[in-house]
Amino acid sequence: MTAAGANARIGRIGLYVLLIWTCLFFSIPLLVVIATSLKSSDEVRAFSIFSLPTEPSFAAWIKAWFAACTGLNCGGVHVGFWNSVRILIPSVAISVMAGSVTGYALSHWRVRGANIIMLFLLLGAFIPYQVILYPLVKMFSTIGIYSSLPCIVAVHVLFGLPVMSLLFRNFYAGLPEELVKAARIDGAGFWRIFVWVMLPLSVNILIVATILQTTGIWNDYLLGLIFAGRDNMPMTVQLNAISTTSTGVIEYNVNTAAALLTALPPLLIYFTSGRYFVRGITAGAVKG
Amino acid sequence: MAGATKIGRAYRARSLTAKLVLAPTVLVMLVCFYGSVVWTVYISMTRSFLLPIYRFDGIAQYERLFATPRWQVAYGNMFVFGTLDIVGTLFLGILLAVLLDRGVRFEGMFRTIMLYPLSISFIVTGLTWQWVLSPTIGFQHFVRELGFPDFAFDWITRPDRAIYTLVFAGIWHQSGLIMAIMLAGLRGIDREIWRAIRVEGIPTWRAYISIILPMLRPLVVTCIVLIAIAVVKSYDLVVAMTNGGPGFSSDLPGKFVVDFEFERANIGQASAAATVMLGSVLAIVAPYLYFELARRDR
Repeated sequence: MTAAGANARIGRIGLYVLLIWTCLFFSIPLLVVIATSLKSSDEVRAFSIFSLPTEPSFAAWIKAWFAACTGLNCGGVHVGFWNSVRILIPSVAISVMAGSVTGYALSHWRVRGANIIMLFLLLGAFIPYQVILYPLVKMFSTIGIYSSLPCIVAVHVLFGLPVMSLLFRNFYAGLPEELVKAARIDGAGFWRIFVWVMLPLSVNILIVATILQTTGIWNDYLLGLIFAGRDNMPMTVQLNAISTTSTGVIEYNVNTAAALLTALPPLLIYFTSGRYFVRGITAGAVKG
Repeated sequence: MAGATKIGRAYRARSLTAKLVLAPTVLVMLVCFYGSVVWTVYISMTRSFLLPIYRFDGIAQYERLFATPRWQVAYGNMFVFGTLDIVGTLFLGILLAVLLDRGVRFEGMFRTIMLYPLSISFIVTGLTWQWVLSPTIGFQHFVRELGFPDFAFDWITRPDRAIYTLVFAGIWHQSGLIMAIMLAGLRGIDREIWRAIRVEGIPTWRAYISIILPMLRPLVVTCIVLIAIAVVKSYDLVVAMTNGGPGFSSDLPGKFVVDFEFERANIGQASAAATVMLGSVLAIVAPYLYFELARRDR
């Protein structure tokens, strides 16, 4: 074998070694949390969280789901889970619909000021939540829905509007104008073209948008904390409260199980439809 | 002729629908986003404390803010965390993109592992890293169990080091995204360029550093802007990982604002701090958008 060939082979090996090392960096935190969640309380106290469980059991998962405590309230994370589901479904449905209609109106209809509206949407996506939280609280208090399910849904729709609208705008702008022109000549109006021409072509982008919003809203913490109210606390808020409760012995197996239960829905989405997830994340990130 | 006018009239009617559809969006953006921004910026220039007061008071809130030790720490931390997080995430993300670009087996598996943290919330990410780095149960304890009883890695509990531990979690969560963006860019490089590089006999690593990555400079800038904005906005991660502690040593502006607004009920200070956050984002975004739009026009 030539020297160049040997060098190339060493290079290939080095490449795989580097990749495997970085993959360990990415996977070990998750594996550690999974291992800890499968341990008994005695085992958690005796060893570091890096050790493997000797007798894996789902006892901590069951306790996390039904009986994990936030202070004196021991209802388990299933309360937060169902709160998150109740927040998620209307928020995602409304924000995806609003985004697709707005994006469509901005792309195939000549509306004066469309470029300015898009600039407003684009800049709106950059505004830190902290800048507008307090005025929003005031507004929702004034109309009397602050700290309720409609309130948190409205807030998610609001904060989803810029990214959703631009995502759909960019998609529809890429479709040939002839589609709309032909439909117009056939006498179809704004809504008929949307429903019969645009929506059937939008399946992929609808999936991307739905996944982007679902993971984003499920993973939200700050908005849920401020706007949902005590009766609708999403799972992330409950999880953080459970894990930072400092009374008594900290049950790391229960806390890790609660964390995994919270991370499970977005992880399932990622592992079943990763392609759409990555497309949404990169589109949302690069555009917004 | 008649047909043409008919189409013309119908067209106008339909674009009225489009206007009606856009009206609520415009209204919501103007009131909830921009109206709120104006309100917050104005309140930061009043004497508001528990309740908003609307009499103009100049920059007194900002003077007080920058004289507050907790804010000095939080604001400084943003730069420490930001610099290390940007450098680390960018380095790892680009490195991984280049490695995958070399054509490896099991690429799908590697990508899946690198990108999954992105789907996990910052709360779960923060808690996970809090546990991993905790001296009593995490990495330090593990190494001691292996037979090194003097091993110490307790940064997360040290006021002078806790801010650095956030960088681990930040890199872990974000570098997959940078990898995905950069890999897409690398895949878009013209094959002819690679052929020329091979003909010239330039070593591959050298080609990446001197030719390929400079070609992708706009994409790299986009990545830097993305991470930088995420740093200014970051809140959940620090809440879950250190809760700003020990003391206020790992505080960040985002947490400072929320604490002052909703726990200490000091709207004036919170608004001033929020305005500084907004200014920081604008300082990143405005030049970026300006140059990006200018570049696209060319």
